[in-house]
Amino acid sequence: MRPRVAVVAFPGSNDVEDAALALELLGAESTVVWHGDAALPEGLGAVVLPGGFSYGDYLRCGAIARFSPAMNAVRRFADEGGLVLGICNGFQILCEAGLLPGILRPNRQLEFVCRDVRVRVEHSAIPFTSRCEEGEELTIPVKHGEGSWYAPDDALAELEERGQVVLRYAEDCNGSVADVAGVANEQGNVLGLMPHPEHAVNPLLGSADGALILGSLVDAARDRLSVSA
Amino acid sequence: MLVRPKEGLLDPQGQAVQGSLRKLGFGVTEARVGRVVDLELAASDPAEARAEVERMCAELLANPLIESVEIELVEAE
Repeated sequence: MRPRVAVVAFPGSNDVEDAALALELLGAESTVVWHGDAALPEGLGAVVLPGGFSYGDYLRCGAIARFSPAMNAVRRFADEGGLVLGICNGFQILCEAGLLPGILRPNRQLEFVCRDVRVRVEHSAIPFTSRCEEGEELTIPVKHGEGSWYAPDDALAELEERGQVVLRYAEDCNGSVADVAGVANEQGNVLGLMPHPEHAVNPLLGSADGALILGSLVDAARDRLSVSA
Repeated sequence: MLVRPKEGLLDPQGQAVQGSLRKLGFGVTEARVGRVVDLELAASDPAEARAEVERMCAELLANPLIESVEIELVEAE
């Protein structure tokens, strides 16, 4: 069964097609949802918020996208336990929407960083990393100017304790607190990450490690739909 | 309203500005960069206007995790 996965397109999103194509390659049926759509398609296994510069990154990255009609539907989907993955700008939107803890700030070095980075998988017991081993290092590209994740010390300590810090940079990237590259919500059904797994699904692209994350998502979407079917 | 990066928080933009000012020979020991949002409201009661701007800040204009806000009310001419 090819589980249906929605990719939400905001004005300024630029990785919609890459995400949709990668999901198709990994066995999903991807469908693009426009930000103005107030409802998500029926029978959805997961939602991906792709990278880009929604609404021109005005005010703060992701601050305006979170008010779009599609985001209300995404919030309801997440509240019901639906799987939501935010990549880069999608991560920023989920933080601004309060669906994920913390916030993404301008990179410490004030430069746009665009290169392959090594990220360590800290937890593999959630749907987004089930194909990975704990402690495994993945090579996945980043491309962002505002990817420095921040949360106050006490909040970070709680997140660490609950295992919500899922991905950590294994090298200096952008000044993120505790080198956080990806963080999940408490329930483990929403994950945001700055690296772009959709750009690393084939060795010809330099790495296929991103397929481990998106493949895990497709597996989980399939499981979820077959249970409810 | 003035939106500033919270006290003690890394402000790379401010650091870059400070570095540039120092290169120009100015003895700046710290620079922090925020933004100004000018709003025009139809409200007649200052307390009401302030409360409304505070709601705007909470819902959109600032992120309390990283930014502090200062609201200044000026009567329209």
